[in-house]
Amino acid sequence: MTTTTTGGATFKGAVGSAHTRVEGRDKVTGAARYAGEIPFARLAHGWFVLSTVARGRVRSVEDGPVLGMPGVVAVLHHANAPRVDTDYVGLLGTAPDPTAAVFQHDRVPHAGWPVALVVADTSEQAREAAEALVVHYEQEPHDVTFAAEHPDAYPLDSHGPAVAEKGDLESELAASAVVVDAEYTTPEEHHNPMEPHAATARWDGGRLEVVDSNQGTMWVAGELANLFSLDPASVRVRSEHVGGGFGSKGVRAHQVAAVMAATVLRRPVRVVMTRRQMFSLAGYRSPTRQRLRLGADAGGRLRALEHRSLSLTSTVHEFIETAAGPARTMYDADAHHTANRVVRLDVPTPTWMRAPGEAPGSFALESAFDELAERCGLDPIELRARNEPALGPVSGLPFSGRNLLACFREGARRFGWADRDPRPGVRRDGRWLLGTGTAAASFPAGAAPSTAAVTAEADGTFTVRINAADIGTGARTALTLVAADALETAPERVRVRIGDSDFGPAFIAGGSMGTRSWAWAVTAAAEELLERLTPGAAIPPEGITVRSDTTEAVGALARKERHSFGAQFAEVAVDPATGEVRVRRMLGIFAAGRIVNPLTARGQFVGGMTWGISMALHEEAVRDHATGGHYGADLAGYHVAAHADVPSVEADWIEDPDPDDPVGIKGIGEIGIVGAAAAIANAVWHATGVRHRHLPIRPDRVLTAGAPSA
Amino acid sequence: MKEFDYRRALDVSGALALLDADPDARFLGGGTNLVDLMKAGVERPARLVDVRELPLAGVESTADGGLRIGATATNSDLAAHPDVRRRYPALAQAVLAGASGQLRNMATVGGNLLQRTRCGYFADVTKPCNKRVPGSGCPAVGGEHRNHAVLGASEHCVAVHPSDMGVALTAFDAVVSYETADGPGELPIADLYLPVGDTPHRETALPPGALITGVTLPPAPTAANSRYRKVRERASYAFAIGSIAAALDVRDGVVRDARLAFGAVASRPWRARAAERVLTGAPADAGTFAAAADAELAAAKPLPHNGYKVTLMRNLVVAVLTELAEEATR
Amino acid sequence: MAPAPTSTYSAITLHINGEKHTLSVDHRTTLLDALRERLDLTGTKKGCDQGQCGACTVLLDGRRAVSCLQLAVAAEGREITTVEGLAEDGRLHPVQQAFLDLDGYQCGYCTPGQICSAIAVIEEHAAGWPSAVTEDVRPEAGPPPLTDDEIRERMSGNLCRCGAYVSIVQAVSRAAATTPADRAGTGTTTRAHGADTDSTDPHGTEAAA
Repeated sequence: MTTTTTGGATFKGAVGSAHTRVEGRDKVTGAARYAGEIPFARLAHGWFVLSTVARGRVRSVEDGPVLGMPGVVAVLHHANAPRVDTDYVGLLGTAPDPTAAVFQHDRVPHAGWPVALVVADTSEQAREAAEALVVHYEQEPHDVTFAAEHPDAYPLDSHGPAVAEKGDLESELAASAVVVDAEYTTPEEHHNPMEPHAATARWDGGRLEVVDSNQGTMWVAGELANLFSLDPASVRVRSEHVGGGFGSKGVRAHQVAAVMAATVLRRPVRVVMTRRQMFSLAGYRSPTRQRLRLGADAGGRLRALEHRSLSLTSTVHEFIETAAGPARTMYDADAHHTANRVVRLDVPTPTWMRAPGEAPGSFALESAFDELAERCGLDPIELRARNEPALGPVSGLPFSGRNLLACFREGARRFGWADRDPRPGVRRDGRWLLGTGTAAASFPAGAAPSTAAVTAEADGTFTVRINAADIGTGARTALTLVAADALETAPERVRVRIGDSDFGPAFIAGGSMGTRSWAWAVTAAAEELLERLTPGAAIPPEGITVRSDTTEAVGALARKERHSFGAQFAEVAVDPATGEVRVRRMLGIFAAGRIVNPLTARGQFVGGMTWGISMALHEEAVRDHATGGHYGADLAGYHVAAHADVPSVEADWIEDPDPDDPVGIKGIGEIGIVGAAAAIANAVWHATGVRHRHLPIRPDRVLTAGAPSA
Repeated sequence: MKEFDYRRALDVSGALALLDADPDARFLGGGTNLVDLMKAGVERPARLVDVRELPLAGVESTADGGLRIGATATNSDLAAHPDVRRRYPALAQAVLAGASGQLRNMATVGGNLLQRTRCGYFADVTKPCNKRVPGSGCPAVGGEHRNHAVLGASEHCVAVHPSDMGVALTAFDAVVSYETADGPGELPIADLYLPVGDTPHRETALPPGALITGVTLPPAPTAANSRYRKVRERASYAFAIGSIAAALDVRDGVVRDARLAFGAVASRPWRARAAERVLTGAPADAGTFAAAADAELAAAKPLPHNGYKVTLMRNLVVAVLTELAEEATR
Repeated sequence: MAPAPTSTYSAITLHINGEKHTLSVDHRTTLLDALRERLDLTGTKKGCDQGQCGACTVLLDGRRAVSCLQLAVAAEGREITTVEGLAEDGRLHPVQQAFLDLDGYQCGYCTPGQICSAIAVIEEHAAGWPSAVTEDVRPEAGPPPLTDDEIRERMSGNLCRCGAYVSIVQAVSRAAATTPADRAGTGTTTRAHGADTDSTDPHGTEAAA
């Protein structure tokens, strides 16, 4: 908390003290309206029909009988849908995923590809007609098998190069006293936000209006303008409340299909994905196969580090899960090789999912470090201390701040790590074997250009307009606090409006960069407004508005290794008779910049750690090789952690303000999951003496991994 | 979901008349399984006959010391009932281990017995399934079958029955009562479910149009020392990958009576009679318990990815019987 | 008795939050869709539409139920309470207040279901109902204390993908501690056990124990 003196009055800062969510009352009373909940007159309902084959062509869509069904007003498919333009580069620097550009051709590149949209007066009618629609296919053989050494795998650059190499790996490995060489795998994982993707599109006085649930309305509006060749100013996308996103809520088939149907029918059309449809339409985290080779001298200092990751993508769009990335930040070695490769299969396109790259990559890297510590006879924290790099291991750039060891020290103290007996398989509580584990975490800390407008109202309050998205992060509340401090006023006098593309360009809720990027723009506008306000002078009825644009300031940031860091600790119980694994407690200590709102920030960290529990023990989408589609694509088949799986999970942080950010923020949305699964897997080893290198650690895997020593 | 007629029955004879043994009509109880299957397109009834308000919700002691459970009693009421908790604790535990508080409030006892498998192929109309479309094939045998049957299955279907409650009822020799237009009938629960064979779509021995009216538990003093243990892939709100209902009467270190049933290993709740035969009269120790498990599981035919269930069930038998033996001698 | 002619719609009256709503429903319409699409009561959320997430939890005759698997036509004659019916005269229900104060949510989409479920959990516990983690379910053992483990098990039918479970459990625990055991609900809305007053009545159980 900061105290500033302004004009003789003492101003007490809001940033850093706990505030309940500004929209909290709306959320607990059911008053908060999400995308599928805004009423429209003459609303029609669209229901997707998805391909049942994994590769081939649509030979015909028998829409005639369906058009005669009660309430049905249209059947859109490749032969009759409006054409869209996909030859452009979007806000995030990539071409659009053709999965979103629906009904443009007869090719079917994966099971669950949208082949038609049935539109009817009611959702019951639309669903029945969609189920009744007969689609004939020319089926071709498909390949959905994600094998370790697929001949068609290739390296793919993304935000970093695909391959980074220094030193002679083989000779350093040969010269190492201790070597770990292991393969780790993570499965296909799905975001599964609680709110399914939903969009309502309508034309209103020559403007296209879309009420949507997304992580950035400007992003979606821009893509829709490009796709439909519209003047960007004639597209408005709103997204006031968002029921979770985690990377999945960008431009998807539902918005495009809704716009097509609204255009054809000249009436509002809503398209909501079913939970089952989300498994093929909403993106997902690719499975990974990762090979780790670590070579160290007798004292644990790394001579060789190799991390190779293979992930998959679709045949129509490139996306790579950069699991080999974290090693480029975390640890140095004389020979340091990292490589991200991808293979194209007849599956949907994966996408960003909470801590893309870092989440699966840290599982492998931090598990391998635990194995190395075991072989070196070193405490896992001491091993990491001996391998702290002074500079970026690959970039050679200085760190803007690296408080990893401070996190470990504080975490070890609070978790009781010093008393830990390193021997595995020696602690029992009834039928349960007990163990503890730890792992390091990191996630990039970045900022992106944004604009904001802050208005001093005539009644003495302030209105902030910024095209931010609050997908549950608490961004709306955090920006309220940031604005209040910058305006030197109380949060109650600040109204923050977000989620409307008409507010102008701003970064998305993604990359743990949202709140930082938006806060920067809000601070800049608010500070300038404060300078313009003359004490005692009246404010005109329309208020006084100042706009900011951080493009120049963000672009001027010096090149550095900029990351948040953290230390994860877990205690688990394993029943060797049944294979059940239960997490008993977790602790995460983070160095993640200045914490704006401790109440909601704790939720971000703990939520990420809870994802780590879910990733370690539960989550896994299963692909049926015969049909190429999913098996059990629902929330009973795809398990996410339930209440009973999540015990005491504590998160806290150390002082770590970012010196180059006006508020000191780094970003906290993703680091909580990083390293969490590894800490749990390492604890399972400590409990049982058995290493689990394949997630999730299911009962059958524990049972078939062999009887642990008791 | 196709359009359907809806009728609410107020008494049993009215329910039977409204259903009229029409193969396109279904009784609607709590709806927790049927409505889901209708949304999935697995069930496409032309008429629903709502039986939730039939006067069959009671749970009462019988004159001989057993229990009579009405078919429309909710799972919650069954699990909360003091006589169930006192005299058949494994039954209360089994019901409480199933689904969620919300679903247990809705689901009825009759519906629980007749719920369909949660095999992912059965629930997905875009994939083959002999149970749903006879003759279309069973993709689970060569595909995903981690949670499929190891006992009593056939090449035509390896799906498992998902009920927890049914496992405890099976251990305690429940008798299922039903009504048809031609009059009442009874089936021991062991005979309710048909063998899979080459007709996995034929699941029960109930006559067409029959309405389950209740379940009777015979008196079973052994059941007072009983337990249900369920293993699943998350700690709650998930179907079993293996479960056990067990009751044990031990005197002077010798097993006098034992009841054992397995869940999630077969197309029906699996009564472990071979194991019971080994147990009865034998010393109540880990060696006996392991031998009993082995006797039952000798018939297991695991597939490539569900062999762990044999280990799991063996370990569960030993663990749960050991606990019960300790409690019996405490 | 021959069945009457087939119809696929019915005119029904639903009792929701103390008010009567008369409407004609397609028999396929679930209570969830009737609330959201027909009656503009959008506080009840659709997360999976399959009974697998709990976001659509409402109270039916005072007991929690998933409205996505409840046909609207079959809900006629029952007392329905949704999240919109919990606050009284603008005063939040203690469970709502605890969720707000302790940040028992993030995105807020599972929240109405969590809150409705929590209200029922407190009542079910007060009525002496055991759970799957209750060590001894026999009535002689008495009601289990409402530990965090008991809350977690009883709330497990409500998924929260944001991972707010830790603070949700804190909120339920606080609300349970501050809610009179005999009046966990708002009085006008929640009854723990519908119309049944036979021996399955959980309050009867408690009295007998």
